[in-house]
Amino acid sequence: MKAITAIGSRLLQTLFVLWAVVTILFLMFRLMPGNPMAAYIDPNFTPEQQDALMARFGLDRPLWEQYFIYLGNLLQGDLGESFFYRTPVTERILALLPNTLILTFSSLIVAYAFGILAGSYLAWKRGSRVEQVAVPVVLTTRAMPEFWLGMILLAVFSFTLGWFPAGGTRPPGAEYDGYWALYTSRDFLVHLTLPVLTLAIYSQGLPLLLMRSNMLDVMKEDFVTMARIKGLSPFTVVIRHAARNALLPVTTSFAIAVGYQIQGNVVVETVFSWPGLGRELVRAVSASDYPLAQGAFLMIAVVVILMNLIADLLYALLDPRVTRE
Amino acid sequence: MTNPDTPRRAGRLRRAFAGLRLPLHDPLAIAGLAIYAAFIVIAIFAPQIATHDPTEILFTDDFQLAADLRPGEDGYIMGTTTLGRDVFSQLVWGSRSALVIGLTAAFMVALIGSIVGVVAGYFGGWTDTLLMRLADVAFGIPFLPFVIVLAAFLEPSIWNVVIAMALILWRDTGRVIRSQTLTLRTRAYVEAARISGSSDVKIILRHIVPNVLPLSFLYGSIAIGWAILTEASISFLGFGDPTSISWGYMLQDAYASQALSKRSYYWFVPPGLCIILIVSAGFFISRGYEKILFPKLDR
Repeated sequence: MKAITAIGSRLLQTLFVLWAVVTILFLMFRLMPGNPMAAYIDPNFTPEQQDALMARFGLDRPLWEQYFIYLGNLLQGDLGESFFYRTPVTERILALLPNTLILTFSSLIVAYAFGILAGSYLAWKRGSRVEQVAVPVVLTTRAMPEFWLGMILLAVFSFTLGWFPAGGTRPPGAEYDGYWALYTSRDFLVHLTLPVLTLAIYSQGLPLLLMRSNMLDVMKEDFVTMARIKGLSPFTVVIRHAARNALLPVTTSFAIAVGYQIQGNVVVETVFSWPGLGRELVRAVSASDYPLAQGAFLMIAVVVILMNLIADLLYALLDPRVTRE
Repeated sequence: MTNPDTPRRAGRLRRAFAGLRLPLHDPLAIAGLAIYAAFIVIAIFAPQIATHDPTEILFTDDFQLAADLRPGEDGYIMGTTTLGRDVFSQLVWGSRSALVIGLTAAFMVALIGSIVGVVAGYFGGWTDTLLMRLADVAFGIPFLPFVIVLAAFLEPSIWNVVIAMALILWRDTGRVIRSQTLTLRTRAYVEAARISGSSDVKIILRHIVPNVLPLSFLYGSIAIGWAILTEASISFLGFGDPTSISWGYMLQDAYASQALSKRSYYWFVPPGLCIILIVSAGFFISRGYEKILFPKLDR
């Protein structure tokens, strides 16, 4: 019963945060310097088009009324029309979302696989030379600007060695029958490699350091000592007994990492001209395409908020002590 | 010839220094502090160290634009940019904006986070609920996109990053310091102070703040790095202050001028290395504070 109330209040909190972020977004885009209509109306539209849009978003009404129209439109998935593409923002954003998600998840899977293995290894080799060198090196990868790492990889592997293409998702002019054909093509994977590598090098530090410090905690526990006394091989002790128990907090951190990654994608997508949400946000903001910028921002925020929720729920699910308290 | 004032002043200086609680027992933290000291010296003496004006467009002896010169050519230590500007001088001047942004943003984050955390933790009740729900909202806002939108709406300025960090990034510091305050509040000496009639303000300043200070420094030293990385990203995306030379600006300039396909490594590698050095120095120092705070955790 307690678990259900805990989950219920966490869901309510999520709704509250969503509402607050949506409201902040509304205020940011309406109260910015310049024409308050600018958030929806392109000055290049004809007067009739402008009037139609004014009515649709209630821009001739007082601010509080506009706010409720905005909320109503949002609930129906209506984010307005892009100035640049002249198509609904929602359509555009949903078309870009898969690219961003593929980039995010493939890089995080690589980062977590490496981080978990390397983290356990470093915990096992605790106090050795390898460990003394590895920990500062890992901290240094966290200190890199992601886009700079992308630039270096581009300069070396694309422009100097010519092994990988310089950006985008497909060769110029290539056409595919639908999304599935594109995502499974060899071209796509080749284009995906450098951005994924960039993000993976940057992200592996979190699971690695987390895994290492959890392992160090778990290795002190009685059941690990017991396994050692039983005479099991060090490998069995580390992998079968310690690593399995140290994995839990690393698993929940994956959801948080998705949320962080999707914000950080903005720069890496720009470096590699990867057609995702982040690059679209940057382009929309530079081109004063406010409806599109607002929509892309909102979509990124929704992913972040959902991932925070999933992390908390996972944590409660995997470690019942959290809800029982 | 002894000056009676000197020892007392030295004592005061030492006490102020001790107030910073610098982690001077950890080799990595000392390395971090040394890197900071070096960058501070470079930033202060930037006009003396730089060989050229970082924004000046330079020409060769035969009146050609000194564009894309390799390091050492015509006496330019690290070569020149496509617009004929000196890379080395830009790198030196870049340390100024990095330090100014990093230190002010870190100060704001640590200050706001500590105040929120102490107030929420000490007073509890609706104050706590309100502040922590605010923190929840701050956790729901994607930081980099927020800075981009803010920087686009405000005038281009290096302070946009500082404002955005002050508005959003107090959240982590605030939560941690709140839970620290919650445990401190139940300690016997705080209880004793309360019973003996000390005011809330006095208890907070005397008993709570000194104990959360190392945590504030820990989060502050991480925030320096965040600020520098964020400024670099924002400048790289073209929302930075075009009038101030920063490492992020250099990288944006290099990327936009096709330095990657020209393989002008001498142009875009050094600014990145400087960022890595100064940000990881912050991480190293923060690990030193961690060891002060959690001695058992000494790994």
